[in-house]
Amino acid sequence: MAVKTVIEAIRDGMDEEMARDPSVFLIGEDVGNRGGVFLASDGLYKKYGELRVIDSPLAESCIVGVAIGAAVNGMRPIAEIQFADFIAPAMNQIIEEAARFSYRTAGDFNLPMVIRAPWGGGVHGALYHSQSIEATFAHIPGLKVVAPGTPADAKGLLKAAIRDPDPVLYLEHKRTYRLVKGEVPDGDRIVPIGKADVKREGKDVSLIAYGLMLMYCLEVAEKLAGDGISAEVLDLRTIKPIDRAAIIATARKTGKVLVVHEDTPFAGVGAEVMAIIMENAFDALDAPVMRFTGPDVPAMPFNHVLEEAFMPSPEKILAKARELAAQ
Amino acid sequence: MALKTTEVEAKGGRSRHRSLGLSDDQALRIYEVMRLARAVDERMWLINRQGRAPFVISCQGQEGAQVGIAAALRTGHDWVAPYYRDAGVVLWFGMTARDQMLSFFARREDPNSGGRQMPGHFGSRRLHIVTGGSPVATQLLHAAGVALASKQRKEDAVTAAFFGEGAASEGDTHEAMNFAGVHKLAVVFVCENNGYAISVPQSQQMAIENVADRAAGYGFPGVVVDGNDVLACYEAARHAVERARRGDGPTLIEVKTYRFTAHSSDDDDKRYRPAEEVAIWRQKDPIQRYATYLREAGILLGPVEEEITERVNQQVDDATEYAEQAPDPTPDDLTTFVYKQELKP
Repeated sequence: MAVKTVIEAIRDGMDEEMARDPSVFLIGEDVGNRGGVFLASDGLYKKYGELRVIDSPLAESCIVGVAIGAAVNGMRPIAEIQFADFIAPAMNQIIEEAARFSYRTAGDFNLPMVIRAPWGGGVHGALYHSQSIEATFAHIPGLKVVAPGTPADAKGLLKAAIRDPDPVLYLEHKRTYRLVKGEVPDGDRIVPIGKADVKREGKDVSLIAYGLMLMYCLEVAEKLAGDGISAEVLDLRTIKPIDRAAIIATARKTGKVLVVHEDTPFAGVGAEVMAIIMENAFDALDAPVMRFTGPDVPAMPFNHVLEEAFMPSPEKILAKARELAAQ
Repeated sequence: MALKTTEVEAKGGRSRHRSLGLSDDQALRIYEVMRLARAVDERMWLINRQGRAPFVISCQGQEGAQVGIAAALRTGHDWVAPYYRDAGVVLWFGMTARDQMLSFFARREDPNSGGRQMPGHFGSRRLHIVTGGSPVATQLLHAAGVALASKQRKEDAVTAAFFGEGAASEGDTHEAMNFAGVHKLAVVFVCENNGYAISVPQSQQMAIENVADRAAGYGFPGVVVDGNDVLACYEAARHAVERARRGDGPTLIEVKTYRFTAHSSDDDDKRYRPAEEVAIWRQKDPIQRYATYLREAGILLGPVEEEITERVNQQVDDATEYAEQAPDPTPDDLTTFVYKQELKP
């Protein structure tokens, strides 16, 4: 067991999978000699060479479309989109193509491929280096979407995504890259896709989150404990397929649920979580399910006052959680 | 460099196919697959106009380009990423008249999609035919990816990607050719230029006469070929395939051709192209032209032609009868194969 950052865990995960399986390769902008703009692939180009760590042209549809073709022909590509905000040019290839290869061929084709995309804000990234994209892609049948928060989950879910027979969108929160450190178990540990994780047990309120907001919710739970409120923190880890059983279980256990995400609220992951609770645990609720999210504006502005106004913070989440606990 | 058909024909004369390395049997096989593609297509229109099937999209007029180019590839080894008109390509690569008709009637047994996709959306992992969707040009990037995998594993398979001149306007076409050029991938890009993207003529699609000219911008050769001369298409493809297999990189082949039918059974081409133009191109029918050559070469003798006609008609009849009676998917089939590993609800 070693203490690692999220970015180190991702790098280790790619390195170990590339060493284990010669069909795994990485393609993206600046992933080669530069090692990625965040250094996620630092050292991999030297270790595995130019045929397995490919600096793509500056063309996102190309990155994903080429990955699809390589997956058809026996490879397991990891396609890196430099920032999640730049994924739009590849959406046709992801939504109309990758997500449908299995369905449109009645299972004749499948695509074992991962699309890695750094997402999320709080890094002075402004409108085009801060966005959350999970709701858009979680809406698409045929895709899987994961969003780990801790280093251990980042590595374990990346390994699971690489070995998965279907296309997986792997979201890595930029702010957690070097901020979040944690113990990562040694050896070949897989975190299964589709399984949420109770990161802190509690009985009075449930906080449901993922990515950076998971880390904030753990801070909030600690503060709530000081108030004498026992908060359970459920880390979704996978957005699609979502762990319905875990959501229902925590809602039934505490009867009070706050869903937290950085993404905008309308038709978002929070809305889906609330619908699952309403359909399956309404009778166990002691208060209306609440959510705390980023506002419905296009994206977070560059100016620090506006960025802070956009981002959910531990303080803002704490206030909302106290409001819920008091009901 | 464009070669005029008359020059090519003059070079080989009556043994032109032999000078291209094709045996008499191979030359006849190409003819038979062209005939089969046409016959299946004509039957589909008949059935569609009788109201027995909702949609047809055609290969008619482009069979020479399709079969001529596919014949230069190694079936079962090389890959193709076809577009929706490429019945000639997929029939050469191992699909059957039954497969075509099962897709046309959208039956459960349709090998392309289990009745999920419209006709013309070909795909078979076993036959190395990359599945296609309806948004155009996406398959060019898939072809580049298939070829990248071949290069990564140091295999000599060649991948051919087919598209219309309308798809040449899509960004994916540029991205695919650029990537294939950078990595010298074993891809043959085949633009079947039939002059129209539904109703939009080439003059509104691009400011140049030859799509092939764009190859220079990607660092590989582009050639223009008479798409209604099947042997010229074969010859151009053979050079391109050899070049790709040697590791020298892609080629863009533009075949100038024409579609005899409307864009699809839901289109009315009289709204945008004169009947005289269609009539002129029908005189250049690649099948008739090739038949004339084969007769003059002395290998399409009366009995041989009759046998081919009988085999083609028999396959189309059998395929129609089989597919029309084949079962539909059941409502339970709606939710399968969203993922390779089915998710638990």
